[in-house]
Amino acid sequence: MKLILNEEQQMLRDSAKDFAEQKTPVSHFRGLRDNKDPLNWDKEIWKEMVDLGWSGILIPEEFGGSDFGLAGISVIMQEVGKTLTPSPLFATAVLGASAITSFGTQDQKSKYLPLIASGEITTAIAVDEESHHAPANTITKAELVNDKWILNGKKKFVVDGASADVLIILARTSGAKGENTGLTLFILDANAKGVEVIKTDMADCRNYANIVLNNVAVDKTAILGDQESGGEAVDKILDEGRIALASEMLGNSEAAFEMTINYLKERKQFGVHIGTFQALQHRAAEMFCEIELTKSAVMAAMQGADENNNDLQRMASLAKSIAGETLYLVSNESVQMHGGIGVTDEYDIGFFMKRARVAEVIFGGANFHQERYANLSNF
Amino acid sequence: MEQLESFRKEVKTWLEENCPPSMRSGSEADANSVTDEVWGGRNAVYKNPDSKIWLDKMGAKGWTMPTVPKEYGGGGLSREETKVLNEELFAIGAKQALLSFGIWMLAPALLEYANEEQKRLHIPRIIKGEIRWCQGYSEPGSGSDLASLSTKAEDMGDHYLVNGQKVWTSYADKADWIFALVRTGPQEPKHSGISFLLIDMATEGVSTKPITLISGKSPFCETFFDNVKVPKENLVGEENAGWTIAKALLQHERNFISNFGLAGVSAAGGGGNDVVSLAKKHFGEENGKIANSIFRSDVTTHKMKEHAFGLTLKRAGDEGGKASAVASMFKYYGTEHNKKRHEMMIAAMGSHGIAWDGDEFDEDEKNLTKAWLRTKGNSIEGGTSEVQLNVISKRVLGLPS
Repeated sequence: MKLILNEEQQMLRDSAKDFAEQKTPVSHFRGLRDNKDPLNWDKEIWKEMVDLGWSGILIPEEFGGSDFGLAGISVIMQEVGKTLTPSPLFATAVLGASAITSFGTQDQKSKYLPLIASGEITTAIAVDEESHHAPANTITKAELVNDKWILNGKKKFVVDGASADVLIILARTSGAKGENTGLTLFILDANAKGVEVIKTDMADCRNYANIVLNNVAVDKTAILGDQESGGEAVDKILDEGRIALASEMLGNSEAAFEMTINYLKERKQFGVHIGTFQALQHRAAEMFCEIELTKSAVMAAMQGADENNNDLQRMASLAKSIAGETLYLVSNESVQMHGGIGVTDEYDIGFFMKRARVAEVIFGGANFHQERYANLSNF
Repeated sequence: MEQLESFRKEVKTWLEENCPPSMRSGSEADANSVTDEVWGGRNAVYKNPDSKIWLDKMGAKGWTMPTVPKEYGGGGLSREETKVLNEELFAIGAKQALLSFGIWMLAPALLEYANEEQKRLHIPRIIKGEIRWCQGYSEPGSGSDLASLSTKAEDMGDHYLVNGQKVWTSYADKADWIFALVRTGPQEPKHSGISFLLIDMATEGVSTKPITLISGKSPFCETFFDNVKVPKENLVGEENAGWTIAKALLQHERNFISNFGLAGVSAAGGGGNDVVSLAKKHFGEENGKIANSIFRSDVTTHKMKEHAFGLTLKRAGDEGGKASAVASMFKYYGTEHNKKRHEMMIAAMGSHGIAWDGDEFDEDEKNLTKAWLRTKGNSIEGGTSEVQLNVISKRVLGLPS
C-alpha cells in the first residue's frame, strides 16, 4: 500500500480545495452562526456538493454513486475542514452511506442509497446515550410486539440529528448494559410517530440533537444488518466515520496552523516580527512535525480501509487519536500565539478551537481510542 | 523488466558463491561465529576472517556503493538494479560488508564537489574499505555555531600549514584520513573563509585522544593539528568555498542519524525486544495487560506516536525525494523519539534497567544502560534538536530571522 494519493483522489482533493476556498471560506460558517441559522448548514451549498457527486462517493454505481471509497470522501473532508464548512457530508455521505451500503438489504439499498446520492434525504446515526462514547452502554430498548419492533429510550449528541430525514438507531434487543452483544440497528423516518427531536446547541455551532424514542413502532424490515449484530456493525460504520472525521480534523489543524504562521510573519512587537522569536519558532516547528505525523496516520488509515486490510479498528483509533491530539495542540497554540485577538469573537481562530473540542468528543476521544489501540495491540 | 530479471539471477548466483555463510544473519555458521562490525582501513580488524573475504568480494564488485560509476570503483548500477541487489542481499540476510563514514558522508560529497583526480584517488579506496575516514568538523569553541571554527590553514605556497583542534571526531583514533573544515580566509565573513581539506592522519603533527562518554565508551576523540603540512591538491572545491560542501555533507549525516537506533520502528508499528514485552516481564501481566495501568498508558501513547512516525518515514519514501528541510524533521523527531524509547525501556525494567556491571545482570541489561546513555548524544551530534527546529522554522515554515 502506497501512502500517497492516486490520481482520482488527487482530483477530488483539488476540486474540494477550490470549492472550499471559493464557496465556503470561514466567513460562510460565520454567516450561518451570526444569523442563528436553524439548520446550521446551507441547503444551496449542500446542493452544490451533491452536484459535484460528493454525497455518492461511498455509494456503489448501481445505486447512483461513484464508489470512490473512503479515501475519496476523506480528502474532501480534509479540504472542507480547512474552512470549517458545515454540511451533511459527514453524517449522510459518510456514516449513512457506509451503514446502508455495508449492512442494508437489497430493498433498503434501493430505497435509500439513490436518495442519498441525489441529495434528496439526509441521515443521522444515533449511538450514544451518556456523556462519553460507549455503544455497549446502550439501554434504548427494542421489543418485538405483534410483529412490530417498539423502540423506547433517549439518544444523545446525534450529529445532524436535528435535520436528518432518516435515522439509524442503535438499540438493545437483548442482554444488559455494558454488553456489546444483543444490540441491533434500526433504520426509520425521523418523522415517525413517537420520535421527538430536541436540537442541542454545542460550542461549534453545528447541527446536533438529542432524540427521544417514545413507543416508536417499526416493521421488521427496519432492522439494518443482522439482528443482535448491531455492535459489530456500528463499530465498522463508526471506524469509517472516525477516519473521515480524523481527516477533517487534520484539515482543521492545517488551516489553524497556516493562519498562525502567517500571523507570526506579519505581527510586530518590540519593533520586530514576532516570528523571529525562537520561543515561538520552536513551538511552530514542533506543531509542523505533529501535523506531518497526523497526515501519515490518516493516509494509512483511509487507504488501508479501501484496500480492506484487516487492521481497520486499530488504524481508525490511531488516526482519530493522533488527529485529536494534534488538533488539541494546534488549536490551543494558535489561540495563544495570536495573543489578545486570539480570544476575540471577531477573529476566526477561536472557531477552530471550539470545533476541535467537539470533534474530539464525537465517536470517542483520544483516551477512548488509546485504550482501544492498546487492547487491540495486546499492550 | 527482462533485463532486471536476468540481473537478479546474476546477483543470486554471485551471492550464493561469494557470501560466506557466517556473513548471513540467522545462519548456523553465523550463530557459531564472532559478531563483528567491519570498518576497514589500514589497521582494519577482522575478528571473523570471513568478514574480510566478504568485504574484499563486495569491494571488488563496487557493491558497497552500488550506484557510484565504475570509473570510481563503484558498482555502476541503476536505481532499479540497486533495489534488486538490496532485495537479494536482504533475502539471504547478508550482513553489511562495510560500515564507513566514507560511504555515508564523504564519497557523496566528493562525487559532487571534488575534481576528477581526487575522485579517482579517494572514492575507490573508500569503496574497497582500504582507507577509513573520520570527520573533522566540531571544535571546542564551535559546536552548533560550526561556522565559527578556528582551526587555521595557512597558504605556504606549495602546501597548507594546519594548526588547531577538532573535537567529537568519531573514531579518529582508528581512522586513516580526516576530512576537515579549516579556516583559510581569516579576514572573510565567517561562512566565506572556510575550506574543505583532506588530511592523511599519518602526517607528522596529527594526534588524537579518545573522550570517555557517560556510557563509559569512547567512540569520539579530540584531534590535534600541530604544524601539519597538507599538500595543496588535498583541497576540495575552491579555497574559501568549503561551507557549501560542509552543508551538503551534514545533510547526509542527518539522514544517517535519523535512522540511527530506530530498529524496530516500522510502518506496522511493531518492535521486537521492545518496551511492551519488557514492561510485561518486569511489571507482570493482568489479564494479558501490562499490570501497571499508568505505565501502560504511557506505553500506549508512545507506541502510537512511533506507529505514526514509522508511517511518516514510509510516506516520505512513497512521495519520492524529499527536500532537505524534511530531513531535519526526521532527525529531530527520530532522535527525540529514540531517547524516549530508551527511557521507557529502562523505566520498564526498574532496577534491572540501570545495571552497569557484574554477573548479577545479563548482557542485554548491561548493554541497554549503555545504549540509553548513548542516545543522549543523538539529539546533539549532527546538529542539535534545537538547530533542527531552527531549520524547520526558517526553511520549511519561512519564519523570519
